[in-house]
Amino acid sequence: MIQRRPFFLTFLAPAVLTAVILAAALFEVLQYSVREFVPGSLNVGGLTLDNFTRINRPIYWWVLLDTFYISLLTAIFSLLLSYPVAYALVRAKRDWVRSLLVSLSITPLFTGEIVRTFSWMLMLGSDGFINSMLRKLSLIEMPLQIMYTRLGVVVALVQFSMPVMIILLATAISHVDRDCEKAAANLGASPGAVFWRITLPLTLPGILSGIVVVFAWTMSAFSTPQLIGGGKVLMISNLVYLQGFSVLNLPFAATLSVIALIAALGSLVLMKSLTGRLEKRLAVR
Amino acid sequence: MKSLRSFGFWSLVVAILTYMTLPTLVVLMTSVNPTEILAFPPEGVSFQWYEKALTYPDFQRAFKNGLIVTSLASTLALVVGSAFAWLVHRYEFRGRGVLEAVLWSPLIIPHFTLGFGFLLLGGALGVQQGYSMIVLAHMVLVMPFVTRAVYVSLAAIDPDLSRAAANLGASPFHVLTRIELPLVLPGMAGGWLIAAVLSLTEFTASLYVTGSRTQTLPVAMYNYIREYADPTVSAISALLIIATTLIMFIADRAFGLRRVLAIDTH
Repeated sequence: MIQRRPFFLTFLAPAVLTAVILAAALFEVLQYSVREFVPGSLNVGGLTLDNFTRINRPIYWWVLLDTFYISLLTAIFSLLLSYPVAYALVRAKRDWVRSLLVSLSITPLFTGEIVRTFSWMLMLGSDGFINSMLRKLSLIEMPLQIMYTRLGVVVALVQFSMPVMIILLATAISHVDRDCEKAAANLGASPGAVFWRITLPLTLPGILSGIVVVFAWTMSAFSTPQLIGGGKVLMISNLVYLQGFSVLNLPFAATLSVIALIAALGSLVLMKSLTGRLEKRLAVR
Repeated sequence: MKSLRSFGFWSLVVAILTYMTLPTLVVLMTSVNPTEILAFPPEGVSFQWYEKALTYPDFQRAFKNGLIVTSLASTLALVVGSAFAWLVHRYEFRGRGVLEAVLWSPLIIPHFTLGFGFLLLGGALGVQQGYSMIVLAHMVLVMPFVTRAVYVSLAAIDPDLSRAAANLGASPFHVLTRIELPLVLPGMAGGWLIAAVLSLTEFTASLYVTGSRTQTLPVAMYNYIREYADPTVSAISALLIIATTLIMFIADRAFGLRRVLAIDTH
């Protein structure tokens, strides 16, 4: 806080302008979600809540449930696989090991959804890497069906979300006070006990935010369920695209987008309150 | 930590990292495969798929589109994100919470909701054609990353430096341009690079806001994958992987990626 006035407006104006544009785009989605669908036309009719009542049909419920289920599975597996990597990344003794681990685990974040989905198609297909390796080793005769299944989608999505999970967990682990661990060890706790009783509880806030971020992020996955699920696994993102571009029912696509937005924001609010409670409890002890 | 030295723990870490990196290696392998079949291991080395990828008109156009969109979007994001970071760093004001909430929200908003929103906004404003909505959507999406990178650099500056300069008679403008800006420049460059890579590879939101003439590389790749299954996509993917890895490597050497991402406390 050096001076209050100089440059205040210079810094404020671009941020406000951008916020207004973003808010306007989101408002358009909201606005369309309560409009009447005019079949065969891109124009929309008057105000209506029909789109929201239309969601109350089994097929849409199943897609929503499937989306939540796949996102939750992805978040849990991503957590289980990311924790050891994040732990090694923060605690490795040698500097080059830490650098190597950071590069290997973060770089995939920057190759994008399409490249990674395509790479998993090469891995999982019936002539893909996994099947041809298993066949070369004579472990199987018929190729395993992994493409076009939920399993295949989750396998790809977990890898996709791990870099973010690792970043969040590594941040949490690097903030753990080493003196607490040393004190416990000095008092006779085994390395395992130190980890389960000290390190893991202290990183719980990071774990929670990792789960929620990955959950919210996975919920908006499009190309992975589309290409690896091959139309057999539908997530909400695919449904929005289908309604928007094939059926051309823009209002209903907007309604589904609003639902996804509410779910994402809802999981964020849930996380905030959970971490708040958790931190209070940890502080009391 | 004893557990770190244990063989079991490190085997587990290696296995997990194999799972993370193997798909990338397989893409690189198939991209030099001489046959059309995606065979493992490759039966030789050939660069014909690179030639095909680089001469395929859709990819060429998409690459050009992508460069235009990416450079505009990440530069705009740099300007706005830096201003925003300074704003948050320096001033307390009414409505700051709301502004922050809106500008950080692209991290949480599903990309398809955002892309759809900009598609509809373009329709409402009557500017569906061209790059404007694509650039705006990308800018909004990558801005949080720039803001964070600049903010981390700003927060690391010793406030005494600015105070000393001000005491010695430097004007606020002078303090900003001669003291703070040079110190934050690495953070801004790092943020810009991250933004550029994210914009270049952004897919889901782009799918909504790009038209057939303005599609970016990931969208062109998606359309290609749905029709053909040959290693041309492996080649273009390999090029993207190499390019982004190189950029991130440079960013790490020059600005410390770990610091920009705020995971290194050593």
